[in-house]
Amino acid sequence: MTTIYEPSRGLSRRELLKRGTVGAALLISGQAVICPEAAWALEATTLKPETMATLIRLARDIYPHDQLADRFYAVAVKGQDALAAKTPEHKTLIEDGIADLDKRSGPGGYRSMAWEDDRVAILRDIETTPFFQAVRGDLVVSLYNQKEIWPIFGYEGESYSKGGYVERGFNDIEWL
Amino acid sequence: MAAPYDLNDNSVVVIIGSGAGGGTLGNELAQKGVDVVILEAGNRIEYEEFINDEWESFSQLAWLDNRTTGGGWRVSKDFPNLPAWIVKAVGGTTTHWAGASLRFQEHELKALTNYGKVDGANLLDWPITLAELEPYYAKAEDKMGVTRTNGIEGLPGNNNFKILKAGADKLGYKECHTGNMAINSADRDDRTSCQQTGFCFQGCKWGAKWSTLYTEIPKGEATGKLEVRPNSHVVKIEHDDSGKVTAVVYADKDGKLQSQKARIVCVAGNSIESPRLLLNSASSKYPDGLANSSGQVGKNYMRHTTGSVYAVFEKPVHFYRGTTMAGIIRDEAKHDPSRGFVGGYELETLALGIPFMAAFLDPGGWGRSFASAMDSYANMAGLWIVGEDMPQEQNAVKLHGELKDKYGMPIPDVWFTDHPNDVAMRNHAYTQGEALYAAVGATRSFPTPPYPSTHNLGTNRMSEKASDGVVNKWGQTHDIQNLFISDGSQFTTGAAENPTLTIVTLAIRQADHIAKEMAAGTI
Repeated sequence: MTTIYEPSRGLSRRELLKRGTVGAALLISGQAVICPEAAWALEATTLKPETMATLIRLARDIYPHDQLADRFYAVAVKGQDALAAKTPEHKTLIEDGIADLDKRSGPGGYRSMAWEDDRVAILRDIETTPFFQAVRGDLVVSLYNQKEIWPIFGYEGESYSKGGYVERGFNDIEWL
Repeated sequence: MAAPYDLNDNSVVVIIGSGAGGGTLGNELAQKGVDVVILEAGNRIEYEEFINDEWESFSQLAWLDNRTTGGGWRVSKDFPNLPAWIVKAVGGTTTHWAGASLRFQEHELKALTNYGKVDGANLLDWPITLAELEPYYAKAEDKMGVTRTNGIEGLPGNNNFKILKAGADKLGYKECHTGNMAINSADRDDRTSCQQTGFCFQGCKWGAKWSTLYTEIPKGEATGKLEVRPNSHVVKIEHDDSGKVTAVVYADKDGKLQSQKARIVCVAGNSIESPRLLLNSASSKYPDGLANSSGQVGKNYMRHTTGSVYAVFEKPVHFYRGTTMAGIIRDEAKHDPSRGFVGGYELETLALGIPFMAAFLDPGGWGRSFASAMDSYANMAGLWIVGEDMPQEQNAVKLHGELKDKYGMPIPDVWFTDHPNDVAMRNHAYTQGEALYAAVGATRSFPTPPYPSTHNLGTNRMSEKASDGVVNKWGQTHDIQNLFISDGSQFTTGAAENPTLTIVTLAIRQADHIAKEMAAGTI
């Protein structure tokens, strides 16, 4: 299983920085993708940690919500690692897909491209591939079905336990 | 109290399915003293167990058995194994439905006469008139507690309705209100009033919305004349040498095949499973499937011309709060060919939560355009288009040539392509919906494509002549006297209205007919 854990007792920030950066904020250490700023890490079991880091970047490019922290995207893609652990075909699909993405992106690979527009131009070329479809198709559920992000979008979720909205603003619009 | 019947009891009426058609028919017959066994493929989940969470609820209630799709509709590309969003549980799709309960209009029951021949469409008049249906519509509305009938007040309007109403006023629409809803606006029939919870599609946890699960079925069971057998997935209907149906073979909760003898069989498995069952029951006597001398079983699959318009405003709406579909504009439901199409459509309020909005706003969509739409979720309003689509013979539920279910029966393969009339209607409705929201200050709007079908109709259609359809005006198959169809698959045409009220109406009427014929000894 892929786990997300607090790395505070593991690597020091100094150590993390020594191991090289991923994009602007994510680091890779051993099997983990680490976000030192926000103190979380995503441990990969089957996919390469570099692959997981690229998946996180890719996920944000597919559904770019600037108000969402990376950890939500990390949670959203960890299912890819879990599925890769179960099915070798899926592991190949993802690793090959990411390798192809890096190849298309020039010397530094996908994560080194600074502008979203440049990365998206590459994604438009591969959007019909099984790789992209597999990532996007899973992501549309694994990202938007995280209860933690709902309030950020102004969605209140479950309401029965609160007695519905009959006394809580079902008809409170005032600007009309 | 529920009566357990013996598998060899050949005096019972066996109903396949417990939704709007089957659940209602079962109770109506039981009230008249007829012995009834309802075989329901799904589990019995009481309303307290429903879940206010879109995907979790979907797993709990939706019919997820494998299906395939084909044809030109976008659903086939985006959701190739999910042609329909319907329910596998006791209560059927009445657990999930929105509650909109509209009578058909007179002209819609005579579609061929009133619209004339439409190229490529297989239009036909219903063999019944509105006048014949009216007393039964009245019974159905009373049974279901439909608002704005029987002196029942309308539901209060939520934020999404208020925007719809303001836009309707700006466009000059005259008939806009909070709908004719089978959702209690005040306590009625031992059920509470609507608490404006949202999540109508996930099953009403208050029981404020009518569902056979907690109305018809327990009432029928209380007579001691109705047994509901959940987790009983019917695979085949059997017949004798004379051609009369005699038994229903089903897989029980352990997957073991059982055979329930029957005096009469009523099929109410919704418009995909019902024709599939007739086709899968083919025999040497009926090589093309049961009741299929016309060749129309599975044909003329209709799903209503649907679509949604979502719009973003400068300020918050919180449209997910409150009754999902308590808001309607009926002005476009008329037949007015000057708009460039025959038939009409309704505009009804609709809201989705974040998870389903992501899945359905623009299936397959991604990037900034998509994400920024989601960013505006709290400021969204939305409406659903539901209009009459054209029956077409090639739009059909067929048996898959290779794939089989776990009982060895071919799975359904659902084919659909829009008729040009459907496309013209949808485009008109998109334009009106976008204009409506623009009139109240929308800064952006989204013409959203149809979802997997919730209204599945027409695949065992009703016809005057046996050569044109599968059942007569009572839902009785033209070919087999003791075999009936009791769901929306008997619809000759789809009309513009949400189908449940008409399915219930036909079931009440069919119960009268069956009881009368049983008493007369003719079936």
